[in-house]
Amino acid sequence: MIQPAAKDLITVNIDGRDVAVPKGTNMIEAARRLGIDVPHYCYHSKLTVAGNCRMCLVEMGMPAVDPASKAPVIDPATGRQRINWIARPTIACATNALPGLHIRTTTPMVKDCREGVMEFLLINHPLDCPICDQAGECKLQEQSTGYGRGYSRYIEQKNVKPKRTLLGPRVMLDDERCILCSRCVRFCKEVAKDDVLGFTDRGSYSTLTCYPGRRLENNYSLNTVDICPVGALTSTDFRFKMRVWFLKQTNSIDAGSSVGANTVAWSREGVVYRITPRQNDGVNDTWMADSGRILYKAVRAPGRLDSVRVNGAESALEFAVREAAAILARGGVAVVGSARSSVEEQFLTKKLCGALGASASLVSRVEKGDGLLVSADRNPNVRGALVTGLVAGLPSARLDSLGAQIDSGQVTAVVSIGEDLAAAGLSAAQLARIAIVYLGTHANETSAAARVVIPTLTVFEKSGTFVNQQFRIQRFARAVPGVSGASDDLLVLAGLTAAVGGPRLRADVESLWAQIAAEVPTLGPVSYGSIPDTGLLLDGRPWAGLPFAEGPSLHFDPVAPAPKEAARP
Amino acid sequence: MPAPEQLRLVFRHIDEPGYSADLACYLRNGGYEVLRKSVKRRPEELVDEVKKSGLRGRGGAGFPCGVKWSLLDRRSGKPVYLIVNADESEPGTFKDRYIIHRDPHQLIEAIMITCFANRVERTFIYIRGEFPDGARILEKAIAEARAANFVGPDILGTGYGCEVYIHRGAGAYICGEETGLIESLEGKRPYPRIKPPYFPAVLGLYQCPTIVNNVETLCHVKHIADMGGDAYSRMGTPNNTGTRILCVSGQVRRPGYYEFEVGKLTMGQLLNEVCGGPLPGRTFKAVIPGGSSAKVLKFGERYKGRRKVGADMVEYDWGVEDIPMDFDSLAMVGSMGGSGGVIVMDDSASMVEALGNINAFYSHESCGQCTPCREGSLWMKRITARMVHGDARPGDGALLKSVADQIAGRTICAFGEACAWPTQSFVTKFGDEFKAYPQEKKGADSGAGPELV
Repeated sequence: MIQPAAKDLITVNIDGRDVAVPKGTNMIEAARRLGIDVPHYCYHSKLTVAGNCRMCLVEMGMPAVDPASKAPVIDPATGRQRINWIARPTIACATNALPGLHIRTTTPMVKDCREGVMEFLLINHPLDCPICDQAGECKLQEQSTGYGRGYSRYIEQKNVKPKRTLLGPRVMLDDERCILCSRCVRFCKEVAKDDVLGFTDRGSYSTLTCYPGRRLENNYSLNTVDICPVGALTSTDFRFKMRVWFLKQTNSIDAGSSVGANTVAWSREGVVYRITPRQNDGVNDTWMADSGRILYKAVRAPGRLDSVRVNGAESALEFAVREAAAILARGGVAVVGSARSSVEEQFLTKKLCGALGASASLVSRVEKGDGLLVSADRNPNVRGALVTGLVAGLPSARLDSLGAQIDSGQVTAVVSIGEDLAAAGLSAAQLARIAIVYLGTHANETSAAARVVIPTLTVFEKSGTFVNQQFRIQRFARAVPGVSGASDDLLVLAGLTAAVGGPRLRADVESLWAQIAAEVPTLGPVSYGSIPDTGLLLDGRPWAGLPFAEGPSLHFDPVAPAPKEAARP
Repeated sequence: MPAPEQLRLVFRHIDEPGYSADLACYLRNGGYEVLRKSVKRRPEELVDEVKKSGLRGRGGAGFPCGVKWSLLDRRSGKPVYLIVNADESEPGTFKDRYIIHRDPHQLIEAIMITCFANRVERTFIYIRGEFPDGARILEKAIAEARAANFVGPDILGTGYGCEVYIHRGAGAYICGEETGLIESLEGKRPYPRIKPPYFPAVLGLYQCPTIVNNVETLCHVKHIADMGGDAYSRMGTPNNTGTRILCVSGQVRRPGYYEFEVGKLTMGQLLNEVCGGPLPGRTFKAVIPGGSSAKVLKFGERYKGRRKVGADMVEYDWGVEDIPMDFDSLAMVGSMGGSGGVIVMDDSASMVEALGNINAFYSHESCGQCTPCREGSLWMKRITARMVHGDARPGDGALLKSVADQIAGRTICAFGEACAWPTQSFVTKFGDEFKAYPQEKKGADSGAGPELV
């Protein structure tokens, strides 16, 4: 018997190589640890095991023991314990690690099984890859390169099924492409808790359908598109828009709420085409909300600010910064920062406040959370503002005290970083009484009332970090260049700070981080480059007493003690 | 050697003139006496009797009944359920329906004995959707039995209570697969569960330990409780004990149901003597011994090997006629006793068309859960349908066999084998017929379609 490698670990043998895995690990995951790919369709690491595609069949064996004495049976040829191989193939996805379990993934029998399943899956598949959106990221295509026959023995009529069923507002179903793996069904039931999908009819005529009178319209419906191994489920937003192999993938963060779901922005030639989730087992597993997937549309939305303006006239950035500095130099300044800005921008906003001798306020956005991946706090980076010290407490939804200061004449000029002051409760009369310097991406009442308007960048056009509800600092990267006329927030903030007599700071993220690490205690051990793709948990204990708005969500429990894993250099 | 007499144990009263399905008639014939006796014994004793009897499941797989009961997970503390599998749908099998229609109280008594033996307090009869009369008859019988205190909260004053529920099936063959049946009973699509981990004895109905037994199997339990496991095991042959009902259909003179001691009768005796031989002017060509999913046996084949008789190993050299009708012998010749449905074909039958019929059934009944069976069964059906409808090609036999080989052993449930075995055995044993079929169907010139790659 092979000795267990460590406590709570079980040693299994895959293709002759031992690997130690935790109890309960299935053979697909165990093989993955060795870099051995066990092809599969229905298995998904975050869903229950269905075992229906039969692509992951492997040969399984257990070490032989003498039935009477229970002593290991040694094979004289090798001197090792003999393995009793089971004649039938076994599905790897439903086979959990047992001490001494052996599997083989490369034998002729296994290859034959995979080729058989591959052929079966393709006989009724339309093979319309040239017009299929999944082409390029299709598991059927991938596996057929390894296990496909290359020609068809099937001369019968293929099944005819509905080609364009709108399951919900965002998901389109092509039933002929469906391989009935049931991932979408399981996702809706197990993760989205909205059990609307199921199969009707039987055998090869089985058809994916919504429950009568229901639609697939929950806020997680597009995850079914992501996990569909073939092109059966497509996004109504993305279908027929772009070939996936043309798209560049950039790691991003969902700015829709303080969950900070990890995402990938898919872009080509400066245009973002879609957002998909990126696996982070500590945050969003492999899921994200539909509401986060349309945020990219802000990049090219109507109303995007595209020219620097001073008193309504187009102007150069340097001139606008000088003009803004002149306005601010008169005193009576308040700064409205943003909990949607990155940590770096909040750090510079704080510098600006320091130079102006002004205090910063933020605007909160608290709505109802869904308990999954949209938290109650729709600002992605409130904790960033706390960590950088931009603010000391939680923001409120309305800028009432600022309004009072305007009314009393105490405040005569306001710098707003992307916040619409009108939406935050200031009246048109109040806006008219003050001089506004507005840095933002889209036009609103504040930008209309502003003396100086400097267009800045959306989250897809710049790099930076957000601190999510878990105090996990996560990086996002620039997916596309900024639109013409917009300037990098950091550049503008650094320029403004310098122009009002503050320190001259470098406006690129990497150099800024040297300063951030030096000045912000919580971020002391962190450097920008050291933040892993899945983020880094910070020590949030200094703010543990604050009444944060978030309720429990996936991988987050507000009452649970902070995770032990704190920031490490 | 003349055929032995029928030994009607389960079917004792089935064709008795004047015997009816009501309780009074059952009681007149000694009904519920075994239950009366049994509830005075300790449950473990009854389980031991069944183990001693060597009773094997009559539903298809022939799994030892006592072993099945002893696999129950008793440590979980969950309730234990008994499910009576009355979803008799295997083509060629029609035994359970006669028990249900003609002698329902025998089944109910058997169920109550089984429940008592296994300390089951809730049991479900899952009856085939196409048996509406059977369901009504059982409902009535259960009501009668409840009124007479054979079913209910306090059976025969012992304090032991057990309820029986009828659940009408959803009208699909796969509902007879035990885990598919459990899913269907839970109100879901009857997708068979993956094993491991969902063995019914551990995680069955509502994730509780569950016994699923066939109707006929349970009826045997009643007789075992009556006569004792040892006496029962002396019937039949070693490891193939008791009696079993054989349902003969197809091209014989006297098709029907017959009950014999297991293994005391050969196929030849059954077909030629009991069933009166082939139809006039015909000779037997093939026989499927255990329901349509069993592998076909070809008359004229020889089966050779060594088998255990008592303590000795004995050489055997059998023709189809010499095969004893028991689980082990039929397995030795590469087929199975299955559900006891003997389907006979004579020389007028086209094996291609017969297979076309079987394939049509299995493709219609595949649940569609797992790939090989879902796609393979329909593909095989389409090939045979095409052959039968005039577009047969010389390579079709080999293609059929290759498709079937890609199904068997690779599916979630035994349906994979059930749909692959007929094709595998038909093509292997009657390959010439499959080769000749294109010519035969279309004439000498047009038979050769484009060669399949």
